[in-house]
Amino acid sequence: MKILVALKRVADPDNANKVKIPASGDKVETAGLEWKLNPFDDYALEAALRLTENGKNPKARVGEVVVVTLGPKECETQLRSALATGADRAIRVEATDEALDGRLVAHALRAIVAEEKPDLVVMGKQAVDGDNNQVGQALAELLDWPMATFAATIEEEAAGSVLVGREVDGGVCTLRLKPPAVITVDLRIVAPASVYSKHTDKAHKYADGVRFAALPAIMAAKKKPLAVKTLAEVTGGATPTASYAKFELPPARKAGIKVKDVAELVQRLATEAKVL
Amino acid sequence: MEPLSLDALSEIDTHLSDEERMVRDSVRRFVRERYAARAGELFEEERFPVELIPELAELGVLGAGLKGYGCAGMSAVEYGLILQELEYGDGGLRSFVSVQGSLAMYAIHAYGSEEQKQKYLPEMAQGKLIGCFGLTEPDSGSDPGSMTTRARRDGDSWVLSGTKMWITNSPLAHLAVVWAKVDDGGPESIQGFIVERGARGFETPKIHGKMSLRASETGEIVLDECRVPASAILPNKRGLGGPLGCLTQARFGISWGVLGAAKACFESTVEYARTRVQFGVPIASKQLMQERLVEMAVEIVKGDLLALHFGRIKDRHGRLRPEQVSLCKRENVRTALDVARSCRAVLGGNGILLEYPAIRHMLNLESVYTYEGTHEVHTLVLGKALTGLDAF
Repeated sequence: MKILVALKRVADPDNANKVKIPASGDKVETAGLEWKLNPFDDYALEAALRLTENGKNPKARVGEVVVVTLGPKECETQLRSALATGADRAIRVEATDEALDGRLVAHALRAIVAEEKPDLVVMGKQAVDGDNNQVGQALAELLDWPMATFAATIEEEAAGSVLVGREVDGGVCTLRLKPPAVITVDLRIVAPASVYSKHTDKAHKYADGVRFAALPAIMAAKKKPLAVKTLAEVTGGATPTASYAKFELPPARKAGIKVKDVAELVQRLATEAKVL
Repeated sequence: MEPLSLDALSEIDTHLSDEERMVRDSVRRFVRERYAARAGELFEEERFPVELIPELAELGVLGAGLKGYGCAGMSAVEYGLILQELEYGDGGLRSFVSVQGSLAMYAIHAYGSEEQKQKYLPEMAQGKLIGCFGLTEPDSGSDPGSMTTRARRDGDSWVLSGTKMWITNSPLAHLAVVWAKVDDGGPESIQGFIVERGARGFETPKIHGKMSLRASETGEIVLDECRVPASAILPNKRGLGGPLGCLTQARFGISWGVLGAAKACFESTVEYARTRVQFGVPIASKQLMQERLVEMAVEIVKGDLLALHFGRIKDRHGRLRPEQVSLCKRENVRTALDVARSCRAVLGGNGILLEYPAIRHMLNLESVYTYEGTHEVHTLVLGKALTGLDAF
């Protein structure tokens, strides 16, 4: 199976307090931010690796995983990291975040899909910076491919189809997709029994979470191919149709008050907060 | 205001390559996800988590500083970063990796025959064979030339007699690199021997009751007329320089590792001091506390720069002078021990609980102060180098 995994780097969500917005409010100040792979994309990569191996012998690859991102040169750090974790090849489309919106990214990915012809496109259900949750769905629409969003489980069947479990209110909705298809993943996709290729025994349990990049693989990743494309090559010169009007930080939290007893609490809830 | 991290203060990352950061971050994530939460419990139970050995091997940290034979071939700086992340978890974890890689595997890599390297190193890198390193004896510590372990040639075998003491990993090791004086020779006759478990007369009783490095297995190696084949000798080094060469490797790693312990103590203590309220305010808002924290941070940042400076030299020249390694080990272990003790004090009564990392690291560092050349011995190494006069 050949899988294209779309990745995005985001400002480290553990250091969200470092996000600054200039007085003009026209952008997010990116200087000095620490960058990380979008966690859901990290899970997508793990799912793709599990789908292209026998879990008992992960070193022998039985498929290909190509990672792709749109961003400046510095994003190659995240691509190299994905290559160290196990991806086979990487593609970077030169772009800045300001020059992109979800629709344009989906168009760019469509062009890359046309060239790479993967069986599956797998990506995080959303990026944790903008939380837009658009690209997977838009790409499936552009390709006219079947789609499963928010995947919690993926199982490759002998016939070549994939069963995707989606956690919905009150239960699990299971879809059978016939590749080529687009799958966006949720966090439970990296649980020990969430993803099985047809080569992996169902009794096999993965270690919980995303695998660690082994040290020799980090060195070897330097030699794996990383291709660079221009944005115009993959979008035909199209420009974003959505633009950001204004950014502002959430208001600082105001200090709370201390009440002396339950009676005062109830009274304030009733008269001030008006929730009783 | 959010507190500034030590890494942000030193901006050490600006001196590291992408690969170096990736290596560090991978080991960092491993230690924090797979070890940190259990560190106190393992210390309390006096147990090294053997079930983690396959994962450590898969990660590539065993013999990571060696080239070829299935080893990861990391640079000196990368190896240092790895050990620092491991010791952030616990000194016992770092000791396991140091002894396997810098002592047992390094000895075979540096002094072994091609056949010995092929036979042992790949399986040691895979964690299928665990090694230990027998130099210290009950009556021979800082003065290893006084060792009494002997190897006697008898036909096609060597016969080893003697007792080694304070041997990290010996109770769980599959093989031991043992140093012995050959026949009736003096220190110049010292050679290394690979003794496989199962050899008759080879025993490794565990040492119990340690109040330090409890998550690391420590034992003796008892050699009672232990017979090993002629091929067990490490052929390419004779004299005290053999074991001391291994120690120079391990000591360099320790000078990085201990800063991991110091950082773990410091980070948890800053967090505590910011939330622990006394006299109506967080204790971190008190000048006495701030002075303590600042002293610690400054020493840790200096320690990082020292380790990185000598690490870069080691990578450029392929080696460091033993005096330079003594400088690093002596200074950074002292820093780490001072930091751990100071953190313990800031934590007050809570500081004596295993719930906080400070006392565990503090106790671990008491061993590190003494092993791999005591603080005092490194003072004498440097004193001799700086004056040209031997004060041992």
